[in-house]
Amino acid sequence: MSEDKKTLIIEGKEVEFTNEPNLLEVIRKAGMNVPTFCYRPDLTPFGACRMCVVEVIYPNGRTMINSSCTMPPEAGIKVLLNTERVRKIRKMVLELLLANHDRECTSCDKSGSCELQQYAEEYGIKDVKKYAQKEDWQEIDNSSDCLVRDNNKCILCGACVRACHEHQGLQVLGFANRGSATHVQPMAGKPLADTECINCGQCAAVCPTGALTIKSVVNDVWAEITNPNKKVVAQFAPSVRVALGEMFGLKPGVNTTNKINAALKKIGFDLVFDTNFSADLTIMEEAQEFVTRLTTGGTLPMFTSCCPGWVRFLELQHPDMLNHLSTCKSPQGMLGAVIREYVPQYYPEITKENLVSVSIMPCTAKKYEAKREQFKMEDGRQEIDYVMTTQELGRMIKSAGIDFNSLEDVPADSPFGQYTGAGTIFGVSGGVAEAAARTAYTLVTGQELQNVVINDMRGTHRVKTVELDLNGTKVKVKIVNTLAEAEKCMREIKEGKADYQLLEVMACPGGCINGGGQPLSFNDSNIKEQRAQGLYTDDEQGQYRKSHENPEIKELYDKHLEKPNSHKSHELLHTSYSDKRSGCYIGIAK
Amino acid sequence: MIDIIEEQNKAQEHIKQQGLRVLVCAGTGCVANGSLKVIEKFKELGANVSALTDYDKMTIVPTGCHGFCEQGVLVIIPDKHVTYVKVKVEDVEEIFESHIKNGTPVERLLYKDPKTNEAIHKNDDINFYAKQTRTALKNCGKINAESLEEAISVRGYEALAKVITENNPDNVIDTITKSGLRGRGGGGFPTGMKWKFTAANRGGKSYVVCNGDEGDPGAFMDRSVMEGDPHKLLEGMAIAAFAIGADEGYIYVRAEYPLAIKRLRKAIADAEERHFLGENIMGSDFSFTLHIKEGAGAFVCGEETALIASIEGERGMPRPKPPFPANKGLFGRPTLINNVETLANVPLIILNGADWFASMGCDTSKGTKTFALTGEVNNTGLIEVPMGTTLRQIIFDIGGGIRGGKKFKAVQIGGPSGGCLTEEHLDISMDYDSLIKAGAMVGSGGLVVMAEDTCMVEVARFFMNFTKNESCGKCVPCREGTKNMLKILEKIVKGKGEMSDLDKLEELAHTVKDGSLCGLGKTAPNPVLSTLKYFKDEYIAHIKDHKCPAGVCSAMKKITINADLCKGCTKCARTCPVGAIEGTVKNPHKINQEKCIKCEACLNACPFKAISKE
Repeated sequence: MSEDKKTLIIEGKEVEFTNEPNLLEVIRKAGMNVPTFCYRPDLTPFGACRMCVVEVIYPNGRTMINSSCTMPPEAGIKVLLNTERVRKIRKMVLELLLANHDRECTSCDKSGSCELQQYAEEYGIKDVKKYAQKEDWQEIDNSSDCLVRDNNKCILCGACVRACHEHQGLQVLGFANRGSATHVQPMAGKPLADTECINCGQCAAVCPTGALTIKSVVNDVWAEITNPNKKVVAQFAPSVRVALGEMFGLKPGVNTTNKINAALKKIGFDLVFDTNFSADLTIMEEAQEFVTRLTTGGTLPMFTSCCPGWVRFLELQHPDMLNHLSTCKSPQGMLGAVIREYVPQYYPEITKENLVSVSIMPCTAKKYEAKREQFKMEDGRQEIDYVMTTQELGRMIKSAGIDFNSLEDVPADSPFGQYTGAGTIFGVSGGVAEAAARTAYTLVTGQELQNVVINDMRGTHRVKTVELDLNGTKVKVKIVNTLAEAEKCMREIKEGKADYQLLEVMACPGGCINGGGQPLSFNDSNIKEQRAQGLYTDDEQGQYRKSHENPEIKELYDKHLEKPNSHKSHELLHTSYSDKRSGCYIGIAK
Repeated sequence: MIDIIEEQNKAQEHIKQQGLRVLVCAGTGCVANGSLKVIEKFKELGANVSALTDYDKMTIVPTGCHGFCEQGVLVIIPDKHVTYVKVKVEDVEEIFESHIKNGTPVERLLYKDPKTNEAIHKNDDINFYAKQTRTALKNCGKINAESLEEAISVRGYEALAKVITENNPDNVIDTITKSGLRGRGGGGFPTGMKWKFTAANRGGKSYVVCNGDEGDPGAFMDRSVMEGDPHKLLEGMAIAAFAIGADEGYIYVRAEYPLAIKRLRKAIADAEERHFLGENIMGSDFSFTLHIKEGAGAFVCGEETALIASIEGERGMPRPKPPFPANKGLFGRPTLINNVETLANVPLIILNGADWFASMGCDTSKGTKTFALTGEVNNTGLIEVPMGTTLRQIIFDIGGGIRGGKKFKAVQIGGPSGGCLTEEHLDISMDYDSLIKAGAMVGSGGLVVMAEDTCMVEVARFFMNFTKNESCGKCVPCREGTKNMLKILEKIVKGKGEMSDLDKLEELAHTVKDGSLCGLGKTAPNPVLSTLKYFKDEYIAHIKDHKCPAGVCSAMKKITINADLCKGCTKCARTCPVGAIEGTVKNPHKINQEKCIKCEACLNACPFKAISKE
């Protein structure tokens, strides 16, 4: 046995451990588990819910009860997971929480994926009225376009508070009051919409109960679909395809692009396009913009602009930096504009008036993005009418009674359905930069990049810095995910310490694959990597791997847009930003 | 290097120059009783005097707490061996004229023995003091708390000079370990071991933190040290810093202790000026900077990890251990946290040796411990006794027995986290381990003595209300469990309890104890468990008979008028604040039980003793 390999005994089984951060991870690695509400692999352990308590017996015979999520593994200890003492604690925790909980499970958005419901069933909790019943009812916060906060279902596990702070460096959510009056509230007690919330939805993604949920538009979309006078057009983002399958028992990362096409058609969408197509379009525009900035002394570093959480963060926290931000709309925004403008030309039965544009995103902030002032049309409608998350689509498919896994593959509709590997990797941190590099290389050198995979840009870790050699022109790219890291870059730039020319930012840890609208997965520490791998495999297996090679993209420019950054492109595909601080309660970013 | 002995000689000479020293307590209790005015008056009279009988002048020394707060304002004239109690500003002139000038003690202001009612002329004969062993509190009340000079005169900073000169930090830790000193804040963890664990991480930045967030209701030993002998605490912290290799420290004091904060600030400034703190202490390479952090009043911030979070500017919520602060504490750095009383013992141990300290106390608990004696005893106040002293000695010798000749019933030890002990425990040794075994704990040393007319269910409810309010809200068992235990106890004292509530209460108590994250939750059920253990019959009486045996719980009280004795004078009806008494003049009155709020105003008003409660 090597020195750094130690062992302990869990439930009589000898288990090796090395650098696991806590006992709970060792338990899981050994193929066993204990329940938990507040432990999330990506967040600092909190130790509050007391569900993961285990009985630990030290070699000297001393016994103690401790939360396994906070306890460092120690060699030689014996760990018991299901003794009478610990089961009593877990059972009482559940009974106490349920007594003080809004138990309207039937109408709860989290029903079926709620951990409180799950453990209550597993632990056979029958008497939910054993302890004092809930008295302090609070109003539901419906102010946000993306999220709904219902404190009556909050069990104070603090996961949302930590996610906001640790991922995004923000303190939108925090604890107020003490003792049994403690509750989670947005900064200064404001409604969520009036805070510096960037709508990333990471809080909802870690919430074990229905206290934080995504604001659903599923019923509105159904109404449009069943309306015979409407033509409903869908687009769905790169990350949706490698995660939706999880809701139907598939492994994370399994690419279900053509099944999603089929499902959407079955549900009744008239046309299905692919946001991967417009990711390619974004690269055409953004790579050109970058090369122009680079060669004509424009503002550098240029920031990518695909992530609506990041854009809002900048508008709220650093409005003085907005000139760094690429003027390109996000892929969702570009396709939204293109669909409005050109679909009626290809499909005569569809008019600007009867067209309903729906996008399906891994992201809660996209709901907010679609409502931006800049995306308002002359008739007062938004370019995109509805944004659904992956979770909402999954629910829609289920309610339509579709057997997802046995659907026949269906291709996306033309002329905006074809995509390249460059477009598909947009969903993972580093993917936008990698895709841009493939096309920028051609723009700068006039030659084709031979080895398209840039390994240093891959991986879901928070910070990557890569130097590219565009045939003699050196370009330094910084790639970060989470806004806590982005904030550090902003300081770096303001202090004149930034030596890079392109900054890619995605607000969610690991990128869009781990967006706030993706299927819930509370305790799979590896899920980001599996979904990312799904996109990289899609890239590898595709016919084209560079955006400028996409035949439909070529057609769009030939027929309509002329060339990247043309006048028409600017009209349709570019946007502007503004200082959004007025009316918002802004704290201090960390 | 500063020669501390020379400094000491100078300081003692300075004290001699003061002439007759008149010590007037300026601790928080006595200040509240008007001691500042007493001091002013003494100063005024002293300024006009040219010559006293034996002294050419007189110096008024505002001191820290003497511990006998109930008898405040206390005036002590050490050279005349006399203690005056309950001194008012009007009495000052008499003391001055009669005793100081003419040598005749003022009899009426002397302390009277509660049993014999005889005035006690000599300090040493006051049982409250005579039966104590004051070491940590030795200087409290004896020196001017705001004077570094006076602190030096009583060997202040000599221990620090000693450890710096010897320059052997491990030796310091060994001495503390050998002395057997254990944490005085509640847990009783061996101090030397804590120092050793922290010292194992020497090399990088580390901190010494003093926990002065004294939160137990009625406990004020830490406040007394901070107010009365602040330099001893600073010296203890500096020695600890030297031993573990820290160069920065924090004293966490609750903001409700403004006097302590003021005196600590002055003490730090004075000590820095004389190079007893700060950069290059006493001319050596050792530097130690101290800060004061004012707590916002959360009880839970006395828990060391919550205290750390609070200093860091975070919400005061405990963090699970391990990792222990010794490895990962303040700002993620190794941190030594000791309580005020613990640190105050350190200079004494260094000066007098580990054996001296270990010679006091008992087997596993060495040295002395301060207790805040309150409740139904004749002498309440702050006391210091060797570990292992019995409850009987404390309550009946030092405390002078139960007030009003009532019968002793129970004593709550260790604050809201402690437990209730009864008559059968009067002779157990007051040390860490014996008390834990009996279901209580030393805690910070709160002792609330209760007489026969105390309702033990109400006591449990009182403490549970405290812990429920002070729970930080982080972990489920404590947040929800204390709330539910309180609800059950409230139900019982209102006479609405059911027998099944007792099982529920006990189940909650055990599970909250087992499952909570920090010490607050783990000990919160102690008052419930100990009263259930020793006074279950009282609980049952409340539930089954709807009776409060001690006659405390108002919901179960019934006040009635004996028609045979009532003369119909109407006095009771006129006294009743809610108009619950009906009747006409010269006819027997009657109490409407629906309206009655059981305030007992009528009971006291009746001239014919016709009204009684049951």
